[in-house]
Amino acid sequence: MKELQELARTLLSEGQVKVVVGWEDSPGGPRPAFITRPEDAERLVFDHRCVHNLVAYLSPGHVDVARLGKPAVVVKGCDARAAAMLMRESQLSREDVVLIGVRCGGVVRDPREADTLTADSVAPRCPGCDARQPALADHLLGELPPPPPGENRRDKEIARLEAMRPSERWAFWQAELARCVRCNACRQVCPLCYCERCVALKTEPLWIESSAHPRGVMAWHLTRAQHHAGRCSDCGECERACPVSIMLSLLNRKAAQVVEQRFGYVASDDPAAPAPIGAFRTEDTEEFIR
Amino acid sequence: MKEFEPRLVAFVCNWCTYTGADLAGTSRLTMDPNVRIVRLPCTGRIDPLFILKAFERGADGVIVSGCHPGDCHYTAGNMHARRRFAVFQDLLHFAGVDPDRLTFSWVSASEGLKWRDIVNDAVARVRKLGPFQEYQSLSRLDEEFEGEFTSEEPAMAGRQE
Repeated sequence: MKELQELARTLLSEGQVKVVVGWEDSPGGPRPAFITRPEDAERLVFDHRCVHNLVAYLSPGHVDVARLGKPAVVVKGCDARAAAMLMRESQLSREDVVLIGVRCGGVVRDPREADTLTADSVAPRCPGCDARQPALADHLLGELPPPPPGENRRDKEIARLEAMRPSERWAFWQAELARCVRCNACRQVCPLCYCERCVALKTEPLWIESSAHPRGVMAWHLTRAQHHAGRCSDCGECERACPVSIMLSLLNRKAAQVVEQRFGYVASDDPAAPAPIGAFRTEDTEEFIR
Repeated sequence: MKEFEPRLVAFVCNWCTYTGADLAGTSRLTMDPNVRIVRLPCTGRIDPLFILKAFERGADGVIVSGCHPGDCHYTAGNMHARRRFAVFQDLLHFAGVDPDRLTFSWVSASEGLKWRDIVNDAVARVRKLGPFQEYQSLSRLDEEFEGEFTSEEPAMAGRQE
């Protein structure tokens, strides 16, 4: 923590960056902090309660943050993958940002519910994570903590769903999606949802109904999963931001599995690795085509 | 009760499958009349949302068909589409849509016979599954409205039926 504050102070006082985006303590657990003065750097914290993906503030839509000047952003391994994707898609230049990587031992699902990191409180994406030291970062801080506790329940859940009949899976998803109120938190929080005009906002023609009607809900979540296939950094922010706890990361994870099985692509924090959608190989699988 | 007649929508590319379907017609091939064809420039132009929209509007099954790999009029539109639909049909399957409701095929301009077989096969599979009640019931909220629409006041602006 001292290391992080020290680095932020140096970066700001030397004028290398104008703002450091990190976390600070607040009554509801750590929250995003925008440090613009060296003397405020002592507010910065990092621990297993720092759940947010701060790369969202590097997304082209965040003009408010861009106005502050060149940023330094504190990133966990999963967050760095999102930054790499923004660079891959030409939405962010490597030299326009300083990435402060933190070695990560997993985060909790919701800091308001649990203070300590246990097999129960750990975020679903963390167990088995292989990106705990972001290679993309300019500075890499902290000691590598022990791996996140618990087991990968998400892949088990996907396997359980896939063993069902289609009608049972349909019933599962309808029950899950029936809670959706179309607040669009999953979209707002996502660093990779940066379209100036989201397809869900288009009304002429109306592709996706904007009310919480089951028809629009279904179309939205399938479209979201499709648009994030091969792009999602699996930072879990959509699921965390969801006010009605829809298991969105199951859809994201499923799409990632498909992309890995079919195209051999795994999300990484290497901006030079080509993205799978928008590219093709002549020998791609086509067993589903008659 | 009237026997169930499936309704299928086929999104086809202009250069291969549409011409192939045209050949099937001019060759006087007999096939199931349950498929409505929507012609698009290329399979690369087919957004997965088209499929969802078709289901929303009451389709029981969807066919997507275009040029064989290497034959694309725009060089590689079908290759991009192949990746896109590989992911999308897996996602639909994961969401609980029976894979038999979706048909993807390559039909070239000379394959009128293949188009007939694709259509007959797709219709037969959907006929076996029955109407896509699950998806259509998502739309039922609207249909519960039993009042009358007047021409001055379109009560449901945006609906195009």
